[in-house]
Amino acid sequence: MALTEKLADATEALITAYPAPQGEGKWATDARSNALATLRENGAPTRRDEYWKFTNPSTLIGTASSAAIMHAEEKPVFDDIDKLLVVFVDGVYRADLSDDLTIEGAAIETLQDAMAKDIHWAKDVYGVLEANGQSPVSRPLAALNTATATEGLVIHVTGKVSKPVAIRYVRQNTDTDVMVHHAVKLEEGADITVLENGPAAARFNSCLEVDVADTASFHHARAQGRDHERCAATHMFARLGKESSFKSFTLTVNGALTRNEAVIEFTGDDAMASVSGACAGDGAFHHDDTVFITHDAVNCESRQVFKKVLRNGATGVFQGKILVQQIAQKTDGYQIAQGLLLDDDSNFLAKPELEIYADDVICSHGSTVGAVDETALFYLTSRGVPKAEAQDMLVLAFMDEGIQEIEDEAIADDIRERLGAWVERRRD
Amino acid sequence: MAVMEDVVKEGVDQETVDAVKTVGEKYKYGFETDIETEYAPKGLNEDIVRLISSKNNEPEWLLEWRLDAYRRWLLLEEPDWAMVDYPEIDFQDQYYYAKPASMTEKPKSLDEVDPKLLATYEKLGIPLREQMILAGVEGAENAPAEGRKVAVDAVFDSVSVGTTFKEELAAAGVIFCSISEAVETHPELVKKYLGTVVPATDNYYATLNSAVFSDGSFVYIPEGVKCPMELSTYFRINAENTGQFERTLIVAEKGSQVSYLEGCTAPQRDTTQLHAAVVEIVLMEDADVKYSTVQNWYPGDENGVGGIFNFVTKRADCRGDRSKIMWTQVETGSAVTWKYPSCILRGDDSQGEFYSIAIANNYQQADTGTKMIHLGKNTKSRIVSKGISAGRAQNTYRGLVSMHPKAKNSRNYTQCDSLLIGGNCGAHTVPYIEVKNNSSRVEHEATTSKVDDDQMFYCMQRGIGEEEAVALIVNGFVKEVLQSLPMEFAMEAQKLVAISLEGSVG
Repeated sequence: MALTEKLADATEALITAYPAPQGEGKWATDARSNALATLRENGAPTRRDEYWKFTNPSTLIGTASSAAIMHAEEKPVFDDIDKLLVVFVDGVYRADLSDDLTIEGAAIETLQDAMAKDIHWAKDVYGVLEANGQSPVSRPLAALNTATATEGLVIHVTGKVSKPVAIRYVRQNTDTDVMVHHAVKLEEGADITVLENGPAAARFNSCLEVDVADTASFHHARAQGRDHERCAATHMFARLGKESSFKSFTLTVNGALTRNEAVIEFTGDDAMASVSGACAGDGAFHHDDTVFITHDAVNCESRQVFKKVLRNGATGVFQGKILVQQIAQKTDGYQIAQGLLLDDDSNFLAKPELEIYADDVICSHGSTVGAVDETALFYLTSRGVPKAEAQDMLVLAFMDEGIQEIEDEAIADDIRERLGAWVERRRD
Repeated sequence: MAVMEDVVKEGVDQETVDAVKTVGEKYKYGFETDIETEYAPKGLNEDIVRLISSKNNEPEWLLEWRLDAYRRWLLLEEPDWAMVDYPEIDFQDQYYYAKPASMTEKPKSLDEVDPKLLATYEKLGIPLREQMILAGVEGAENAPAEGRKVAVDAVFDSVSVGTTFKEELAAAGVIFCSISEAVETHPELVKKYLGTVVPATDNYYATLNSAVFSDGSFVYIPEGVKCPMELSTYFRINAENTGQFERTLIVAEKGSQVSYLEGCTAPQRDTTQLHAAVVEIVLMEDADVKYSTVQNWYPGDENGVGGIFNFVTKRADCRGDRSKIMWTQVETGSAVTWKYPSCILRGDDSQGEFYSIAIANNYQQADTGTKMIHLGKNTKSRIVSKGISAGRAQNTYRGLVSMHPKAKNSRNYTQCDSLLIGGNCGAHTVPYIEVKNNSSRVEHEATTSKVDDDQMFYCMQRGIGEEEAVALIVNGFVKEVLQSLPMEFAMEAQKLVAISLEGSVG
């Protein structure tokens, strides 16, 4: 359907706001022009789209505003974990601050280097998974990212990588409007963990495409936090082969607006995917998890576990969907989204959806919203735990179901520690 | 050509498969009544709206209301968000008013009604005589010995044929008549309430209905009155290429009680027909209304040819404190269903309940559910929806639970299960949950806490696992709801008692 004149104008304005990269290889130019065509066809996101029902996309596409930088004294999350560190400052890769990119089992390059080449394996991943994820709902911000992002990593994983590749974002300027795009390709039996943390930009648009071949495993954990005023739109696209696994966890604290999208497709039988998150919001905080999982193969398991603790007018959103195609028999889909409202001003908005075309499957979905359990609180206080502390214990216990989705205990504990500290800092 | 039997997966109850099959097999009500019908000219325009209004001897304000709705409708676009797919409807290729020629002079009593019309209802199992209503009805032997009285308003195409037990109801103060009659006899009540629950601007089909509704039922239960019998309306489409647009308005004053039923059928035809109804219910303090529907419009044949497009807006407004509305629906008919009976829980401590069983066979498509809008304090709602798809059918539950900031201490419990029989159909769930205060609790089939604790304890004590116990209790509950439906309209529903949701997909 043709766009209205108004929407076409808004879309062109969005495209012109970001300069077109020059002098790249053919594969890159092709990927970018395809993404631009998709964006022009579908148009920029508007509040009227059903897909943006609970989150207003205007701050993600309008003029970028500045956001104050927080200088926290504590050390960054994942600091104690043995890792290969890659640093992006204001969205630009910094070799001087990063570790050497050489590691056994994986070839890591910057996106810029890969884009300069005429032929590159990334042509099968970059913009390809994103393009697959454009239907049945369009994701214009991801298409924009594919068309214009020049920073990021391309990682070709051929074996078991001994330590996590940790991407750390650092902010130095208040007015930053940053796009980052990572593409990861895992060969058969390969295994890698990718971590992300740090305040990336005043406005951040990120894309992570992961192609997981048969029997390969991809683990991902990230922490979004530490800058109250930023807004971010992140996208994750994954394609899963036979007996492969994909696990991604996101911790979010702070941020004026965060929209995390995950688009997962099972293409091989007997695979497993888990997308989970825990978020704690205080005040002007709007956090949206939008997940779309397509089962297009037999006997796959998918899990969506999202926990949101909200107070002082914070808003938590969950839009999740499990689509089970006709051939995807024996699917086991699980979806849970829970909101814990610590006061009367906070909001929880959810749309846990199922679309099922196969008869021999199990898809369970649940969503609950409410306050802290008074009985549990009474139990703790009657045993001498001060009320504020008791509430924090219950908050942390509530979020732990999300954290339990992380396979690596050290990473999970690090996340627990951060969350505990965050909760303590905000104790009543 | 050999018919391909759908293979049913293991674990699905055979009795359920059989029951669903019988429902989908032969449409019993597909006959046509051969009578002379008077039509308004085909198409839709202001003149048709004026014509319908004048046929019903309506006052000027109502004509204006209709015309406003019509003009607004011209500006609206047909909604496309539901998971239903049907060819474009040509709104100019329909008749908007059709009535049996024998009804030109309104019969003064049922004795004067054309015997062919009476025979039609007789054949449908709805005798329009004031008798022990179950006499002669299939399944009467299972009825309680003393029988039950049910007053019937029979709507045939665009007009009401007659209403039974009017005098007896009038003695109790209850007004039960066709809405066209109410416009003449109780204009003040109609004017006061019409369009206050579903405004003429509400949505595409409700706006269309506001412009062209021809008849329907009107119920008024005065303060403190418990309606002495069940009320019901039976909608029959007979004329070809004719849309039926009925409007039902129920007003339950303080402390009143009523149980209302609605049944609907249509002849079997190769062409599709449009049905766009509006039901408005107003509940004052402590009022208690139970609204049950057995929707059995012609669903089309096994190849998806013909059938009724059923686009319905139903809404109850619990204006008074402690008022209570219960929607029960058994949906087996229609080629396409688009229907969300809703509850606005405005009064403090008001309650809304929605129980639905939707069965879609062959090429049927159903997109149905409810909205529970909690505005008042301590309001409660419960949603239990069972969707079953067989053949090539698509069945969607779509619902909204909204807790507004002022709806403190409110509760919602939702459970929706779907079952697929065979591998060529679809079952979908689209729930919206919006919570804006923290003293309320919303649970979407995630916990078992709202299932009766004693029942759970009883089951588990006898070694039945928790999950199984919940299934047992919920299924038992659905049967209870079905069995509580009045016999006259619920013969189809009674068959569904055999249904179990064992082996649900989600």
